[in-house]
Amino acid sequence: MAVPSDIQTTFLLGRLDWNAIPQDPIVWATGVVVAIGGAGLLWMLHKYRLWSYLWHEWFTTVDHKKIGIMYVVLALVMFVRGFADAIMMRLQQAIAFGGSEGYLNSHHYDQIFSAHGVIMIFFVAMPFVTGLMNYVVPLQIGARDVSFPFLNNLSFWMTVGGAVLVMMSLFVGEFAQTGWLAFPPLSGIGYSPYVGVDYYIWGLQVAGVGTTLSGINLLVTIIKMRAPGMTMMRMPIFTWTSLCTNILIVASFPVLTATLVLLTLDRYVGTNFFTNDLGGNAMMYVNLIWIWGHPEVYILILPLFGVYSEVVATFTGKRLFGYTSMVYATVCITILSYLVWLHHFFTMGSGASVNSFFGITTMIISVPTGAKIFNWLFTMYRSRIRFELPMMWTIAFMLTFVIGGMTGVLLAVPPADFVLHNSLFLVAHFHNVIIGGVLFGLFAAVYYWWPKAFGFRLDPWWGKVSFWFWVVGFWTAFAPLYILGLMGVTRRVRVFDDPSLQIWFVIAAFGAVLIAIGIAAMFIQFGVSIARRDQLRDETGDPWDGRTLEWATSSPPPAYNFAFTPVSHGLDTWWDMKRYGQTRPRAAYVPIHMPRNTGTGVIIAGLSTICGFALVWYIWWLAALAFAGIVVASILHTFNYARDYHIPAEEVRATEDARDRQLASAGV
Amino acid sequence: MSTATQTAPGDFWEVEPHHHHEGASTSIGFWIYLMSDCLMFAVLFAVFGVLGGSYAAGPGPKDLFDLELVALNTAFLLLSSITYGFAMLAMVKENTRGTLMWLGITLVFGLLFLAVEIYEFQHLIHLGAGPQRSAFLSAFFALVGTHGLHVAFGCLWLVTLMIQIRQRGLIPANRRRLACLSMFWHFLDVIWIGVFTFVYLLGMI
Repeated sequence: MAVPSDIQTTFLLGRLDWNAIPQDPIVWATGVVVAIGGAGLLWMLHKYRLWSYLWHEWFTTVDHKKIGIMYVVLALVMFVRGFADAIMMRLQQAIAFGGSEGYLNSHHYDQIFSAHGVIMIFFVAMPFVTGLMNYVVPLQIGARDVSFPFLNNLSFWMTVGGAVLVMMSLFVGEFAQTGWLAFPPLSGIGYSPYVGVDYYIWGLQVAGVGTTLSGINLLVTIIKMRAPGMTMMRMPIFTWTSLCTNILIVASFPVLTATLVLLTLDRYVGTNFFTNDLGGNAMMYVNLIWIWGHPEVYILILPLFGVYSEVVATFTGKRLFGYTSMVYATVCITILSYLVWLHHFFTMGSGASVNSFFGITTMIISVPTGAKIFNWLFTMYRSRIRFELPMMWTIAFMLTFVIGGMTGVLLAVPPADFVLHNSLFLVAHFHNVIIGGVLFGLFAAVYYWWPKAFGFRLDPWWGKVSFWFWVVGFWTAFAPLYILGLMGVTRRVRVFDDPSLQIWFVIAAFGAVLIAIGIAAMFIQFGVSIARRDQLRDETGDPWDGRTLEWATSSPPPAYNFAFTPVSHGLDTWWDMKRYGQTRPRAAYVPIHMPRNTGTGVIIAGLSTICGFALVWYIWWLAALAFAGIVVASILHTFNYARDYHIPAEEVRATEDARDRQLASAGV
Repeated sequence: MSTATQTAPGDFWEVEPHHHHEGASTSIGFWIYLMSDCLMFAVLFAVFGVLGGSYAAGPGPKDLFDLELVALNTAFLLLSSITYGFAMLAMVKENTRGTLMWLGITLVFGLLFLAVEIYEFQHLIHLGAGPQRSAFLSAFFALVGTHGLHVAFGCLWLVTLMIQIRQRGLIPANRRRLACLSMFWHFLDVIWIGVFTFVYLLGMI
């Protein structure tokens, strides 16, 4: 066992002792705030007797809509944490000049940039995108739920478990100081002897199980549960991009899992996969992790391409221009995303031929992506665009993303990459595409589908405040990084010598403050909208004059989504229904067959989290016990054959009659 | 498209209750899971491909592998696939006893396979050729061990399913589960053929 000799290990608590509490006033202050906030939250839940409601209506639910909302809540909570890391880095880099060490020591700073990347990718972008797909896809294809509702609940809680482990590392022990991909040999036991990398590994493994299962689930849902008549080429474009994303998830996350298992073996068992001696090969890790990592960025962006397509078609009131080419462009990107991984490390020195191949495939990806941009532009061309917020985000995305894409093509040129590798130019580039592409799209999606999920719109004024602070703040924060990167400043640096650089970091920090205002405005927007929900109420279920099936039902939709199964005769089924004056049928209602709630997902994910924690701290007995518990709970679950129930016909009738009255009062 | 008739192209709602076949998605869902599992093995095979020659001045395949033992093990696993097939045939004939009997025989072969593998691993570690010795051995133990872990979980699943069939008989839910485990079991066979060929046979050349 490769345990460094200076770390004590006991049987009962493994490596866990009082030294695990970080000796850092910043962490202490954060801990106090979190403790007070957490205690206040628990007290509120207790006072208003919400435990039972939360457990029965939310935690154990198998309803794809509620699970989707919970995913987004998780993403928003983690977003606050990830942004706190971001603004701490900006502040550190803005003041650590002229002999100043700044306010973060290197141990703390290295954890912050690692945690920022891990949290933003795995626990913000991923759950946000998964939550969106969970909520929207079954509605868009006219289904009542996903194919495997219990697995859906389990996937969500596994993601939460991973997030809990990563958050726990802030107060108990440490997080990885390796960057978000934990390259060995730095992440090996020799250079990272304490628990940081172990938190990273087990946090990602627990969440990764959830991601893979949810990928399989949504993939099968789209393949098997589409409404009658909805052929592949009649699927809404968001469903198409979700399909491709879930293919990518299923075909790439196992690579991450396997790679992290090998790193785990190196750290725990003393194997030599990625070590410097006994035949290990550290560059193999870099290859493997990017074979997952590059598809990952397309996992994130593809669904948002779908969102922009829906938004553009809806707010121009036109059928999407070039639907077929949009589908083929998406499929092309899906395939090409597997052929470019090496562009992340041209500097490995694999030679001119290999680097040229990967440089060229990378540049080719910009072709289908460009086709998409033109499709959106041609949809907008000569149409009456309604500049609601989702449309504004879409325009901001197109302007921002095109620039991010162009800097990406610059980086795809291997000789240029040798100069810019690991520089702030790269950091600016990927924030340019991830914020400008993924995040802007998520904001558009939240504003677009919020009325569907809750029955009232979001307040547009605070939304516009958020929009402008975000867009201006983004450019203020990241344009300086492009400049600094071109001047040769590398990423992840804590202290600077050259005083002439400081002004750029100060500007970038100011941009981060603008973004902070944008984020605050977004949360104010949620609060204001909930307070004013009666004025913002939407009775129609179709506030934007939408085109796809999710707008054919009430807002929020009933548990069963549709009392009768819709039939598709072309693209934009709901648009056709409106065009032909087809209203909901009021035939004889029949009992609706639905899956039953279960607490097994919470239990298995909870045990997995405990198991992960025990493995981080080498508490072997607890790990073994928790693992046995996972196996037993899973087996016991298979002995439960009664997993469904029927919503009685009278209840369906009552719900649908209420819907009729609602529509009548809305004048539809 | 150009003739903008206002008559609908057909009904837009199915008024008759739409019966989704219970568990209709299970087999394709499980199959996709197997493909994702296959990718994990693909990584392990690739790692073995990269590290398979990195002996670090330690023992190589010719010093370590006992092909006759591995051939025996291969026979156990291949036979277990045949007997699982017989269990499925018995299931189709609604023969609960026959299904259980063939599943039991499959389980025995699975356990024999595991026993031989554990013996082999122990023998290697005893020789000082454990997974820490060289990158080649790390990759070997990871690939073969992961396959072995899968077989072990397959055996656990098999026992669970036998209890469930005893309790409830060959009801549709159990038939579905039998079909899934069948795919899993044959999948492990396919992976083993890859292991046998690329690790053991090619290693001995």
